[in-house]
Amino acid sequence: MADHAHPPQTGTTPDTDVHGAHDAHGAHHDEPFWRKYIFSTDHKVIGLQYGFTALFFLFFGFCLVMLMRWQLAYPGQPLPLIGGLFGDMRMPGGVMLPEFYNQLGAMHGTIMVFLGIVPLAVGAFGNYVVPLQIGAPDMAFPKLNMASYWAYFVGGVVMLASFFVPAGAAKAGWTSYPPLADIETMGQTMWLLGMVFLITSSLLGGVNFITTVVQLRAPGLSMMRLPFFVWTQLVTAFLLVLAFPPLEAAAVLQLMDRLVGTSFFLPSGLVVSGEVLDIAGGGSPLLWQHLFWFLAHPEVYVLILPAMGIVAEVIANNTRKPLWGYKPMVYATLFLGFMSFIVWAHHMFITGMGTTISSFFQITTMIISIPSVVILSALFISLWGGSIRFTTPMLFALGFLPMFGIGGLTGLPLGLAPTDIPLHDTYYVIGHFHYVVAPGTIMALFAGIYYWYPKATGRKMNDVLGRIHFWGTLIFMNGVFLPMFIQGLAGVSRRLYDGGEIYALSEGVIQYNQFMSISAWLLAVAQIPFIINFFMSIKKGKKIEENPWKATTLEWTTTPSPPIAHGNFVTQPSVYRGPYEYSTPGVAKGFTGQNES
Amino acid sequence: MAEGHSIEDIRKHVRVYMMVFGALAVLTVVTVGVSYLDLPFAPALTLALVIASVKAGLVALYFMHLVSEKKVIFWMLALTFAFFLALILLFIAAKNGHGGSVLVP
Amino acid sequence: MQIPYTTTIRPDTGVYNAKLGVWLFLASEIMLFGGLFSAYVFLRMGVPVWPGEINGHLYTSAAEIVSIPLATLNTMILIASSVTMVMSWASLMMDNFARYRLYMGATILLAFGFLVVKAFEYGSKFDHGYFPAESNFLGIYFTLTGLHALHVVGGIIVNGYFFGPGAKMWKTDRARFINRIEIAGLYWHFVDLVWIFLFPTIYLI
Repeated sequence: MADHAHPPQTGTTPDTDVHGAHDAHGAHHDEPFWRKYIFSTDHKVIGLQYGFTALFFLFFGFCLVMLMRWQLAYPGQPLPLIGGLFGDMRMPGGVMLPEFYNQLGAMHGTIMVFLGIVPLAVGAFGNYVVPLQIGAPDMAFPKLNMASYWAYFVGGVVMLASFFVPAGAAKAGWTSYPPLADIETMGQTMWLLGMVFLITSSLLGGVNFITTVVQLRAPGLSMMRLPFFVWTQLVTAFLLVLAFPPLEAAAVLQLMDRLVGTSFFLPSGLVVSGEVLDIAGGGSPLLWQHLFWFLAHPEVYVLILPAMGIVAEVIANNTRKPLWGYKPMVYATLFLGFMSFIVWAHHMFITGMGTTISSFFQITTMIISIPSVVILSALFISLWGGSIRFTTPMLFALGFLPMFGIGGLTGLPLGLAPTDIPLHDTYYVIGHFHYVVAPGTIMALFAGIYYWYPKATGRKMNDVLGRIHFWGTLIFMNGVFLPMFIQGLAGVSRRLYDGGEIYALSEGVIQYNQFMSISAWLLAVAQIPFIINFFMSIKKGKKIEENPWKATTLEWTTTPSPPIAHGNFVTQPSVYRGPYEYSTPGVAKGFTGQNES
Repeated sequence: MAEGHSIEDIRKHVRVYMMVFGALAVLTVVTVGVSYLDLPFAPALTLALVIASVKAGLVALYFMHLVSEKKVIFWMLALTFAFFLALILLFIAAKNGHGGSVLVP
Repeated sequence: MQIPYTTTIRPDTGVYNAKLGVWLFLASEIMLFGGLFSAYVFLRMGVPVWPGEINGHLYTSAAEIVSIPLATLNTMILIASSVTMVMSWASLMMDNFARYRLYMGATILLAFGFLVVKAFEYGSKFDHGYFPAESNFLGIYFTLTGLHALHVVGGIIVNGYFFGPGAKMWKTDRARFINRIEIAGLYWHFVDLVWIFLFPTIYLI
């Protein structure tokens, strides 16, 4: 029997085929397991693949830092119970070696950003939700989608494998600055190769998302009727497509330096361990920094924009009123995306740049704070006059707001060179970016999981466990990251193996290390109810009726939970109104779906 | 392609392709010829980039059909070029702006 | 439900999906080569003599190391291959499959020609002891032209597929096949475009 594993994408059948009950549907039940679940081209399956893989990497990255926090709290002490498991190359006698500490630090950052958050926010949530929200049967390029996932997977395997090569994983920070990164051990080469796979995955994904949103919107779904979540994914995709390639170029150049002996990043006369390196020289470590941050700054907006999108959806839904300032939010997002390309050197204020170029980047950095404030303010104002339902997703969305506020505000001194100079590379910076990403983005992603779990499974997650998870996460995240501002202001540097103990300036603030470590370990405990809830509810969660949150967007109003396996919809939905028609006067049921005429 | 190109339309396009080919060949010769003028660095680079841009423009507009392409493609490319320019120009500005001698990379 | 606009054009945007997709991919490639070009600019700026000293000898112009005649030949080869590529698409539009095959075959042959010339170039460099590690000029030269050559190889694979096994689609789904050739053509023209900038900036300046 011919393998009709995919809906035939030929031009011979009418493109706008609304009579969807194709016999292609029937034929799909013949798909072998590996085609249906492993090498699937269905965006929902791929979204779940991304989700599970990313959650694993988030967990793994968290484990790395829990290990680091032992060393920070009790420098030089053997780790009880499990210390011996790491072997003499990493933790002889259970005491962490500095080389291992550096591996943990570099890989924690790399894994959380590139293997955890972005795949979850974009690969999982984007893939699963965007086609449903725009009324499309799938992404524009399903095979490319599958390739993106597997490129990510391979990149992840390479990154994990790097721990097991001689001298271990990359240890020059997630930023891989030369000259150190150029002369580091093999793990650094694997980092670079892993990044090439991850960048490829993101590029292909970005192309897919943009084409999908531009081309596959349902009839009647104009751009200004898009759910805000789709806008954030669209802008994020542009950032991925246009900002990642220079980092790929940089990775190629660093690979050339390491494997072929070029000197793109190695200056003349470089001395290593007392010997002058036999290299051509003439290279520039600053070149790497420019190329790296050209991506890595837009990357932070890749980390935050989908989160803002999720929070917007959850807030509109749980205040039972339209988002306040939808249009300004959209324009702010577009402006933010554009500006994100021209602020990068605020990560490099201490490199000796001239005052003119420094002023340029300070000005653009100050300007870029405006759209962030617009979006956050609009989300806050959206609460006013709302009929707030404190569902579990809403708790996380509400928690996001002040946490992102703290994260954003603490960034301001970093964006101005005079105040950045004493704060650069201190714990202040770590505190700042973790506030945005951890109680910021990660809490928003949790909101998204609780919100869309019923869509993907047909069951709700347990609310009691959800509330315990929320409060534990909120409290202990603050416990870990708030003291970092204090330590940073005192001058404690980041990436120090002993947490700053050796420096006199740490004297008044070093005791916070223990407090932060204990908070981190309790934060881990607080995730247990979530992990239990997540897996238990697949089979034991309360079954839902069609639209449990009484939402207005297409993923809830036009397709069952879980959605129809291939093609999502029986008939092509049409859109007649905006995305947040809640509590319209005269509408008894309290909301109107986008597809209701 | 469902754009209703007639055979006559395509023949016209083919004529244009041949003319562009001729122009590209000539411009290549010009490129090499100009390099023998031994100009100082900045004018030499500018001239080379200008000629290259004209050649690239011809390829993009006619071989890649940009001259008749839709707005969505055009705007996306314009955005890309804006960032491409930012990448090159800001790198130059940053290199110029770094204090210290040439030996400080 | 089927994915719409795989072959037909979406009215309000005026394009079919793959066309937008490939232009987005090319946009990312512009930024990739842009990253490498900006590295070249950054490394070269402020250097008093370029290419500079290699193996004890001071070189003041790239022409002393690289072969301008060979590179000019390669430029003409690639431009010609762009013409044959667009002619292969035009042949399909005129319903002439045999002509398509001819022009596509010519494109692939010219691409191989480019690589052969490149192999001579690289070979002669290695013979003289000019390796990428010897200087930044050589490093940039090999990296930029090497990455470009990899893209030529990619193009040969794609075009080869459409010349051979992929051409079956001409019988089963004509419109879609023509679109695919158009897309392949856009990629190929881009490869030509990169060389148009590479040639003067590396070899001539």
